[in-house]
Amino acid sequence: MSKPKFKNPVVKWIDYRLPIFTFMDHELNHYPTPKNLNYFWNFGSLAGIALVTMIITGIVLSMNYTPHVDYAFDSVERIMRDVNHGWLIRYIHMNGASFFFIVVFIHIFRGLYYGSYKAPRELLWILGVLILLLMMATAFMGYVLPWGQMSFWGATVITNLFSAIPVVGESIVTWLWGGFSVDNSTLNRFFSLHFVLPFVIVGVVILHLVALHRFGSNNPIGIDVKGTQDTLPFHPYYTIKDLFGLGIFLTLFAAAVFFFPNFMGHPDNYIEANPMVTPAHIVPEWYFLPFYAILRAIPDKLGGVLFMFGSIAVLFILPWLDRSPVRSSQFRPIFKIFFWVLVLDCFLLGYLGAMPAEGIYVILSRIATAYYFFHFLILFPLLPYIEKTKPLPISISQPVLSGSYTAAISAAREKK
Amino acid sequence: MSTKSNLKSEQDEDKRDFLIVSTYALAGIGAAAFVWPLIDQMNPAADTLALASTEIDLSSLEEGQAITVKWRGKPVFVRHRTADEIKQAQEVSLEGMRDPQTDSERVTKEKYIVLVGVCTHLGCVPLGQKSGDVKGQYGGWFCPCHGSHYDHSGRIRKGPAPTNLEVPSYKFLSDTVIKIG
Ligand code: HEM
Ligand code: FES
Repeated sequence: MSKPKFKNPVVKWIDYRLPIFTFMDHELNHYPTPKNLNYFWNFGSLAGIALVTMIITGIVLSMNYTPHVDYAFDSVERIMRDVNHGWLIRYIHMNGASFFFIVVFIHIFRGLYYGSYKAPRELLWILGVLILLLMMATAFMGYVLPWGQMSFWGATVITNLFSAIPVVGESIVTWLWGGFSVDNSTLNRFFSLHFVLPFVIVGVVILHLVALHRFGSNNPIGIDVKGTQDTLPFHPYYTIKDLFGLGIFLTLFAAAVFFFPNFMGHPDNYIEANPMVTPAHIVPEWYFLPFYAILRAIPDKLGGVLFMFGSIAVLFILPWLDRSPVRSSQFRPIFKIFFWVLVLDCFLLGYLGAMPAEGIYVILSRIATAYYFFHFLILFPLLPYIEKTKPLPISISQPVLSGSYTAAISAAREKK
Repeated sequence: MSTKSNLKSEQDEDKRDFLIVSTYALAGIGAAAFVWPLIDQMNPAADTLALASTEIDLSSLEEGQAITVKWRGKPVFVRHRTADEIKQAQEVSLEGMRDPQTDSERVTKEKYIVLVGVCTHLGCVPLGQKSGDVKGQYGGWFCPCHGSHYDHSGRIRKGPAPTNLEVPSYKFLSDTVIKIG
């Protein structure tokens, strides 16, 4: 790769001593990117922007927030009513969490569909799953901060999950609480961790990007880049595409913030926490519902907890569960169908997580949970032995230049 | 190389290994000794532990009524049971119960049942203290979170909770005053 020529003498002076501009030029300007990326590749940069938005609004919120059981609820109400633009900042933070999860979920399913977790991107994928876990911890603790009824009871139920651990469970829960129930010590430590974990996420995101830039992006047909004819420089081609996607994202985000800011929240969280009364129907935030459904589907306390954490654990080992050498679902006709079944299954689990745990809902939760694990633990390893994959094109350019995949494939065959 | 110098260097290596291993071990112990206070500070503080007892006067609690008091940040249920409820709690067969316990193991005076009002599943407060509440299939308490049913003795009879409602340690200071904790 040629060394960039900077004209500005100050930039030159700095770059000679601290090659930060060379680095940026390399990673953000020339960075060769497969030329066939579709809009599903926008969600990575969107996730980054969502993270930055959360950090900026979060820092501002914490300037007005009081982490104490007697003041937390009122301090959030004060942010909403009295602090200049406080309502806007809080609604951005509140809805930002939901949009962050929407973006990250799409980003993950993109990876599943196009086989982006396969060699040599296993660590890239694992770092991504780690980010998901950290996000879940951060969002869970953030939701406790406004100290509403859902904050309190969500925290109680989720921390109590650890009491399922044999022998040491109760001591772990007491340790997490710093007392004998969710109380002031719990709120304080959650605030501290909620503040710092996003910065840990930033660190893992950097590692995620280093791993990404090692081999570059995967692409919709999942075959490796063969040379410069298959790529475009990141700037201006993908910077503009990412910006266009950002425009659409911000439009939807702003619509939620300004027109239905409480749509994704729960009204009970506008009632101050009361340790003496549990709301009739407690539900976690929507992004936790599929996991909550799995928890409740298992009729045993420890079993439920293990299956819930297991649903994320299978993602960590996915690169080794999937035995198919073909990355993209475009060439895996059976897998492609099951992919959509999995998507539906996750939506179903999300719906069931919001329903009361009784009657038909319990039965459906069990079926949906069973399917989830079947998909990861049986289908992924075994399907490649049965499935006949479609022939792969020889390069990314070929199908594009000759108009269609079939043309490319026949061209490839003629050559042999 | 002569055998002698070989031997010497082997001894040297053994010494070096010992030094390395013992250095790592000591550094490890030192690090653990430093980490422990950082972890243990999250356990309940002395003042939290000190808040550990509450007194309740039951003289105005009529038969069939219940009251809830706060103890260690949690609700404690006291119910003045009717003769009929006591009879049911005592006579039911323990067979098939998830956490079998006789009623007499769970009360000091059979009139009053004292329980920590926290569902042993995931910590919600069960319903059944107020007159209009759903009390579940066994007439005691019902946890709405994931559907656990408790009987007149606070024993788990149906639903996901693994154990009976906890009986806190308490004693009667007089006929109608109890001290919890
Ligand atoms: C990964 C990024 C983050 C996520 C997913 C996240 C998520 C959340 C959520 C779901 C809430 C509850 C909103 C509500 O219902 O009121 C919240 C509240 C809060 N967050 Fe964050 N947050 C993030 C980053 C941060 C950062 C970096 C800070 C501070 C530096 C912060 C400070 C706060 C404060 C002070 C509150 C309480 C005020 C309120 O409830 O609106 N957050 N957060
Ligand atoms: S917390 Fe009571 S049934 Fe789950």
